[in-house]
Amino acid sequence: MTRYILRRALEMLATLLVASFLVFLVTEFSPGNVARKTLGAFALQEQVDLLYRKLHLNDPLMERYVRWVGVLTGVEADPLQDPALGLDFKDPRGDRYFGNFGYSTLYKAPVNDVLWDRLGNTALLAGLAFAVIVPVSLGLGVLAGMRAGSPLDRGLSTVSIVMTSIPEFALGVLLVAVFVVWLGVLPGTSPLDTHSGWSIAAQLVLPVAVLAIYDAGYVARMVRTSMAEVMAKPYVRTAVLKGLPRRQVILRHALRNAMIAPFTVILLQVNWLIGGVVVTELVFAYPGFGRMLLDASLFGDVSLIEAATLVALFVATMTQLLSDIGYRLLDPQARR
Amino acid sequence: MALLSIRDLRVEYTTVRGTVAAIPEFSLDIDAGESFGLVGESGCGKSTLIMAIMGYMGRNGAVTRGQILFEGQDIARLGAEPLRRIRGSRIAIVYQEPGTALNPSMTVGRQLMEVPLAHDAKIGRGAARDCAAQALADVHLPDPASVMRRYPHQLSGGQKQRVVIAMALLANPALLLLDEPTTGLDVTVEAAVLDLLNELREKYATALLYISHNLGVIAQVCERIGVMYAGKMVEQAPAAALFRNPRHPYTRGLLASLPRPGADKRSAPLVPIPGVVPAAGRAPPSCGFLTRCPHALAGVCDAGEISLLPAAPEHTVRCARWAELPPVRSPMAGARANLPASDDAPVVQALDLSRAFPVGRRMLLANDRLEITAQRGHVLAIVGESGSGKSTFAKVLAGLDAATSGSLVVLGQEVAGRPVRRRDAKLVAAVQMVFQQPDGTLNPSHPVGWPLARALRKFGIARGGDVEARVTALLEMVRLPPSLRHALPRQLSGGQKQRIAIARAFAGNPQILVADEPVSALDVSVQAAVINLLLAIQAEHRTTMVFISHDLGLVRYLADEVVVMYLGQVMEAGSVAALFEPPYHPYTEALLSAAPVPDPEVRTKRIRLEGEIPSPLAVPPGCRFATRCPRRIGRICDDTPPPLRGAAPGHVIHCHIPLDDLRAVAPVFRHAPAA
Amino acid sequence: MSVTASDPVSLSETAGRPTPGLLRRLPSSPVAVVGLALVLFWALVALVAPLLPLQPPNAQDYMAMAHPGSTAKHWLGVDPLGRDLLSRIVWGARTVLAVAPLAVVAAYTVGATMGLLSGYYRGWVDAVISRAGDVILSFPIVILYVILIANIGPSALNIVVAVVVASAPGISRIVRGLVMSLMHQEFVAAAYLRRESDVFVMLVELLPNCRAPLITDFCLRLGYTIITIGTLGFLGLGLPPPNPDWGGMVKQATSMITVFPHMALYPTIALVSLILGFNLLADGLTELSQAD
Repeated sequence: MTRYILRRALEMLATLLVASFLVFLVTEFSPGNVARKTLGAFALQEQVDLLYRKLHLNDPLMERYVRWVGVLTGVEADPLQDPALGLDFKDPRGDRYFGNFGYSTLYKAPVNDVLWDRLGNTALLAGLAFAVIVPVSLGLGVLAGMRAGSPLDRGLSTVSIVMTSIPEFALGVLLVAVFVVWLGVLPGTSPLDTHSGWSIAAQLVLPVAVLAIYDAGYVARMVRTSMAEVMAKPYVRTAVLKGLPRRQVILRHALRNAMIAPFTVILLQVNWLIGGVVVTELVFAYPGFGRMLLDASLFGDVSLIEAATLVALFVATMTQLLSDIGYRLLDPQARR
Repeated sequence: MALLSIRDLRVEYTTVRGTVAAIPEFSLDIDAGESFGLVGESGCGKSTLIMAIMGYMGRNGAVTRGQILFEGQDIARLGAEPLRRIRGSRIAIVYQEPGTALNPSMTVGRQLMEVPLAHDAKIGRGAARDCAAQALADVHLPDPASVMRRYPHQLSGGQKQRVVIAMALLANPALLLLDEPTTGLDVTVEAAVLDLLNELREKYATALLYISHNLGVIAQVCERIGVMYAGKMVEQAPAAALFRNPRHPYTRGLLASLPRPGADKRSAPLVPIPGVVPAAGRAPPSCGFLTRCPHALAGVCDAGEISLLPAAPEHTVRCARWAELPPVRSPMAGARANLPASDDAPVVQALDLSRAFPVGRRMLLANDRLEITAQRGHVLAIVGESGSGKSTFAKVLAGLDAATSGSLVVLGQEVAGRPVRRRDAKLVAAVQMVFQQPDGTLNPSHPVGWPLARALRKFGIARGGDVEARVTALLEMVRLPPSLRHALPRQLSGGQKQRIAIARAFAGNPQILVADEPVSALDVSVQAAVINLLLAIQAEHRTTMVFISHDLGLVRYLADEVVVMYLGQVMEAGSVAALFEPPYHPYTEALLSAAPVPDPEVRTKRIRLEGEIPSPLAVPPGCRFATRCPRRIGRICDDTPPPLRGAAPGHVIHCHIPLDDLRAVAPVFRHAPAA
Repeated sequence: MSVTASDPVSLSETAGRPTPGLLRRLPSSPVAVVGLALVLFWALVALVAPLLPLQPPNAQDYMAMAHPGSTAKHWLGVDPLGRDLLSRIVWGARTVLAVAPLAVVAAYTVGATMGLLSGYYRGWVDAVISRAGDVILSFPIVILYVILIANIGPSALNIVVAVVVASAPGISRIVRGLVMSLMHQEFVAAAYLRRESDVFVMLVELLPNCRAPLITDFCLRLGYTIITIGTLGFLGLGLPPPNPDWGGMVKQATSMITVFPHMALYPTIALVSLILGFNLLADGLTELSQAD
């Protein structure tokens, strides 16, 4: 098991490296360049060209990527903080430390100052959504899958399909139309401050609902399929024909096996939620990580995009690793 | 009063296509302590019957008429809780596939303990655990305490079936239902499981309802036998009477399509039953067997419902013409005919042929220094249990795999390291193969004529307009109507698919045909037709056939020479006549003795193998068979590879036991008519 | 020895009744029928859009902006720029039903090729393809889309490219699994015994048998791609204006949602009904294929 985890951790590191390089590569297609974005639209072309040369932006892609990795690991100093450039970019942590994501050209601040607060806000949002998704989808899925083909199953399945057919932004619009415009019981924006007079809790209801409803429908369908499959397995028949009461058949024999496949799916929802917050945060003007990433992407703030992507990928691959380990613990056949 | 009395039972299923009577009308009585065998091919309603008794028919099945009286109570109409109390305690069941019948994520011990805990409110967990351990000891599982802690996937197939039997017997039921409990197990494991069932039955006086398609297995366990066809009982009699004097044309057909002990293809050819088992609810209402019966008479057999008629004491038959049927042939056949003329040119010659697969840092020797020879126009059978390496050899021979060392000369060419891609077109056409699974042998996306036409073109046998004519000829050769070429595989029965597979193999006029268990997935009555067809084409074309099988009865029937394999090595090789008589290799002897014989009058010497087949990754260094050999003579068997002993020209045995000792044993089969 | 005359068999005697293809059995699933009806409705709308007596989708009616709600001239009202909503929804259907299927078909072409190669050859080919796919799949999908489109620019072609990049690894995984299980089937061995080439085995023996499971996935993926296109439009990364794009229409209307909710509601309903159609169709098809 230790060997397995070690191997997976190495794979994770490789994935992060490759992915960050891909992001670097993609930003190459972006119109304009870092120098122009750093100096703003009103800077003279000569100034831009000068900065361009000073930052060695005409070096080959690979070289610049290696330099970026060097800054991140604290081997090299962040070139943007070089006082010789006269940009007045300063990071209180210094210009050379491990975990230096560089300087955000969009927010004109060190990435580390921008990133983590917003990540905390997003974690709150996603965590609440996750706490709703798991019990709701397990409950719906198990109930429907227990008696596959029954009217209850058909009803619940249709509900889940409808839930997964509404994109988050559309759901946001619908919920705002009902609860904000029509009923007026909830706020339409969630800036996480109390200037509007709405409590933080009230501000969280709609964003959490938007995230949870779409995803719960999806997970419920997975759970339902798995449960229905397990209920048709010969070993469930064995349990019934042993003379076990139905309750025990379901709790001891069906549920445990039916949870093995959805377990992975549920953990992978963390990955999905990270993406889902981009839309939700935009709809509700929520000061989170997703909206920051969107803004950074639209602006072309490479340092911030890279940092955000790495964090998102780290969370995603970490849950992947956890789900694989959990899978091995749940399924005796996968244990070595 | 009977323990179980099924009266006029009708079981119906509702499907999208309407209501289907899987069992139109069925009656059966089983006394306490009796063992009753119910025989029938797949689709005859046997499993439906078992599940109806257990009250487990799913959402769309229901008992619509009749009664299932168990200990005087109609269990077909019982409420959920009373039914639960009977399930697992008074009536228990052993399933066909023990691998899927056990919960993969629960230890064996906990699954066993559930039975006493569910049925005995007063029992504690400690007592339940003791019960479970005792049950495992009763089914002769070594070290019950350790088995209790294991998960099902950590046990072998035979061990899992023992666990399922232990689970069924835990509550000491009055009736034990067995649904093909040995199908899928190796023959030596099957024999041990059947012994166990006989032993436990005597010990606990449990009544058995044993369901199987295998007459040989039923003959070993059951006192009374019923034959089921299209959801109805067509014949019922004491075991001996049924085999000696079968009355129903279907029973006769089943027996005639099985090779009898001692018979072979020249002295007593198999007689297949034409057609296939009708789908549930599709059989003619008067006599379900009408359309397949050679004795059917218009006006008599299709006139109306035929009831079960008494033919002899305790012997009933559902046939309007039973009294007019001719007597059946005698079981033990006469002298064997001579071998076909051989020009003594070996077309296949393997020398020290090995195929090793790297598994981690170890080597799995699927084939280990094989020495196998096949003569032109002969049938060479290779027998062995799973893991013996017989299929690996078949693949290497056909070129679907390549040997890792040694020599394999086929039609004068060295091919050991040459799979099909490195063989020339002529050689590939000359060595063709028929596979085991009718469902996988044809591409579901293409009409069945397509692979035939494709093979004809690829091998340059025909082009342009000739292809059509050749496809028709091939279909006629395998006795299929030419119109069938446009059908998709899913529209064909298993037997028809295997015929297409045979036609495909013969498209390139092969000189060698490798047949890997070509009939083992088919119903008994269909097996015979396919075997006859294969042998007829083989004889006509003077094709050499390498026939891979685990079925010794079949091998004895059709082979000219036989090779017995165990754990990747040849144990014994010789002509079919020599192999089935002493001297035997101890493994051959055990295999022969384990094979179920569909005739209670043939006595088999009882030799049972202990233990499990060793892992192919950790084979014994000396004789491969030493760990299970009942005739092991000492350390030498464990340490030293056995010498090759020539018992007769062409008959070799790899064994440390001197030939004279091997000769001095009694034959495995003895004909002993009942008094 | 000859075979007895009594053993020929004809098709009429076979035990297995011919099962018609999945699509021909579709009418027996009410869920699938409803789904198909929704999809066909929008397909028809998209097809006949130029023939309908509609306002031009980009024409601004400044008079109507004073009363943007439903009128005799504008049945569903107008958008914040005074453009006819009904016309924009109808023309929007045309856009989404052109881009989404194109993107999914392109993703299938790439993904199925990857899956065939990696499931067929295994070894290092598989390792390279699967690892590359894993990297893509470990990205939170919306983030992947945002980064891609924000950098390569929003356009129909780039949306197709982004969908291919994001979906091909998933399709490849499914096809790889199917191919690996099919490789054990004996008809593949039979093809080798005819000396068929690798390309032939992949395209003629294996690929057609992946059809059934892929049909369902195709429908689900279409639904999901429509969600994606809508979402990108909403994020401002969709088709550049003034193209009628359902997601973009919702985005434009959100600023006025408290006053004129219909501007956001109608395109939302259009979008949801089309996605629902594909999802119901997929669900019905799954149910039908399991009924075998």
